[in-house]
Amino acid sequence: MEHVFEHVTPYVGYVYPNETDMAWSQLIVIYPYITGLVAGAFVVSSLHHVFNIQRFAPISRFSLLTALCFMIFAPTPLLFHLGQPTRAFNAVITPHWTSAMAAFGYVAGFYLCLLLLEVWFAFRADIVAMSKVKTGLLGKFYGLLTLGSDDVSERALAIDHKIARILAMIGIPSACGLHGYVGFVFGSLKTREWWSSDLMPVIFLLSAVGSGVGLVIVLYVIISKFRKVPTADDTMRGLLYVMFTGVTIVMVIEGLEMLELVYKAREGIETVRALVAGPIWVGMYIQWGMSLFALVVTSALLLFDVHGKRLVGWLFASGLAMMIGVLAMRWNVVIGGQELSKTMKGLLTFYPELFGRESMFVVLMISICPYITLWLVTKVLPPWNDTIASVKHKMA
Amino acid sequence: MTTQDTRTEEEIALSRRNFLGWLGKGVACIGAVVGAGSAIGSTEIVSAKRAFQQDDEQYAESIKNPPKVPDYNWNDHDWAMGVDTDRCIGCLRCMEACKMENSVQMDANHYRTWVERYVYLEGTNTAIVDTQTDPKNIENAGSETKFRFDNRYKDVKVDKAFFVPKLCNQCEHPSCVQVCPTGATFKVKDGPVLIDTTYCIGCQYCVQACPYGARSFNESRGTVDKCNWCYHRITKGLNPACVEVCPTGTRIFGDRRDPDSPVSIFIRNNHVQVLKPEMGNAPNVFYKGTDKEVV
Repeated sequence: MEHVFEHVTPYVGYVYPNETDMAWSQLIVIYPYITGLVAGAFVVSSLHHVFNIQRFAPISRFSLLTALCFMIFAPTPLLFHLGQPTRAFNAVITPHWTSAMAAFGYVAGFYLCLLLLEVWFAFRADIVAMSKVKTGLLGKFYGLLTLGSDDVSERALAIDHKIARILAMIGIPSACGLHGYVGFVFGSLKTREWWSSDLMPVIFLLSAVGSGVGLVIVLYVIISKFRKVPTADDTMRGLLYVMFTGVTIVMVIEGLEMLELVYKAREGIETVRALVAGPIWVGMYIQWGMSLFALVVTSALLLFDVHGKRLVGWLFASGLAMMIGVLAMRWNVVIGGQELSKTMKGLLTFYPELFGRESMFVVLMISICPYITLWLVTKVLPPWNDTIASVKHKMA
Repeated sequence: MTTQDTRTEEEIALSRRNFLGWLGKGVACIGAVVGAGSAIGSTEIVSAKRAFQQDDEQYAESIKNPPKVPDYNWNDHDWAMGVDTDRCIGCLRCMEACKMENSVQMDANHYRTWVERYVYLEGTNTAIVDTQTDPKNIENAGSETKFRFDNRYKDVKVDKAFFVPKLCNQCEHPSCVQVCPTGATFKVKDGPVLIDTTYCIGCQYCVQACPYGARSFNESRGTVDKCNWCYHRITKGLNPACVEVCPTGTRIFGDRRDPDSPVSIFIRNNHVQVLKPEMGNAPNVFYKGTDKEVV
């Protein structure tokens, strides 16, 4: 008797019996969130590598490493979610090309390779330098990382730079593709009114940039505090511009999507309204509240031409707000879409599990992993130019 | 004795044999239904899950050595199902038979087929909908493995009420097949959409893509589950289990290639509809007597 009440997702109205076992859990919430952070961080790094905007130079290599570390963990939530994780490669071995999901292995694999290559070219000179300074096991490790290429002549470095630039240029459409694609996975499903929108890929892409820039800002400020190095004012201003652009466009497009949904008022619109006012109202408040906060703060920072410590503090706050807001948005899309029944006559309310294969604990673990990896990777490949300078000084 | 006489005697013997045969089958069927019903009720207390279903070993064996059907050619058939909602009495024997026949999980969140009850109360313009899975119905029945509706409308005035059986529509353009990343689910030439459970990765994208909520996830197998019109039965010339047990002839099954099959006659003689035609899936379950409220 208890059995049924343990597993049924509580609902009101009428939902199809099979819907009470919700198919996609909170793991599918963090999957687009993590890939979004990758796309955003990569855009920041490309602003320097491709467009040669100098104000982004101090953080371009750091954002590249950030993108790499988050990308490594992007498929993890999917693996935890699969009913048969050992068969995951079936989708790669025999892709069924009419499925949007069949491309995931290829898109993610390609992008990961691209990031690895770009990181190697961007850091090659440093790896060579390290392999000469460090001794013992660490020295051997760096020697291995050089892949036998220790030419650091002007000409060789120029070639490195050029290749890294080309890779970054390929990376921009790839990053946009990767994330637009994630939006397509949801937007292309005609079944769910809440997902089925042509704007979904654009919304996913732009909110990804917003959250990714937010992440870079937050990490840059925190790490600078720990390293006891001031943040570069020019860089912060640059991040402010990107942030402002991102948050403005994303809010406009998300607003348009909501407006269209309500204005078209197709069958079941009452249930859509009830969804916004009911199961996901907290998420909606967080999403819109945080976005609005970021918009107001960045607008004010621009309007009053704020610099220095105040800029750092407020931009940090709006970066964090954007990260939280976009996470809430992912929740509202993924979980909200399923809480709105396919019957359009009922609403489910999802309660996440705390422990288990698909639980909040696993989500927490997966979310922490990229940060730890990033911390380790920055130990091996310091992305900050001042540390590199000290190594080079030692060499000399 | 003339030839005429012999023939008559033979005919009489034949018809008697037929009659006895049918009687025997009828008794056997009733026996099976009664036995199964009581078995489900009684075993439910002992083990919360499967009654007469395959256990895991049997399932593994059936996957390893699938039964061969030598005389069956899928190019010769085009299966379809009809549902005459005017006939349905909501007895839910179809749900029960399906769960047993196909080893569907015996809880209230996993079904290959179900029956919806639509009730218009007096003076209202929209229907109240529920199924056996409604907690109130389960509470009333005392168990989620006892398939019955409660009598909640006995004290109110009802304008109109009817039942609508649901199952996989085995669409012509199945969106579940479209989104499957591995091709583990596929449409066979004779109509049904099947799942290769040895190849399914359990991503549940198909569960999302089905407009009819016909797919569910089997946690213990890590793969998706759905109605396949009892493919193991229809390829042997039998009816799907739900059609077999339906006491009122609500569910009609047959081959559309055969103009005299029950389903061909049903479609020819009635105004039939499909569910959610706007989805573009072109379902192969044809309904007679649905209503604007039917989802």
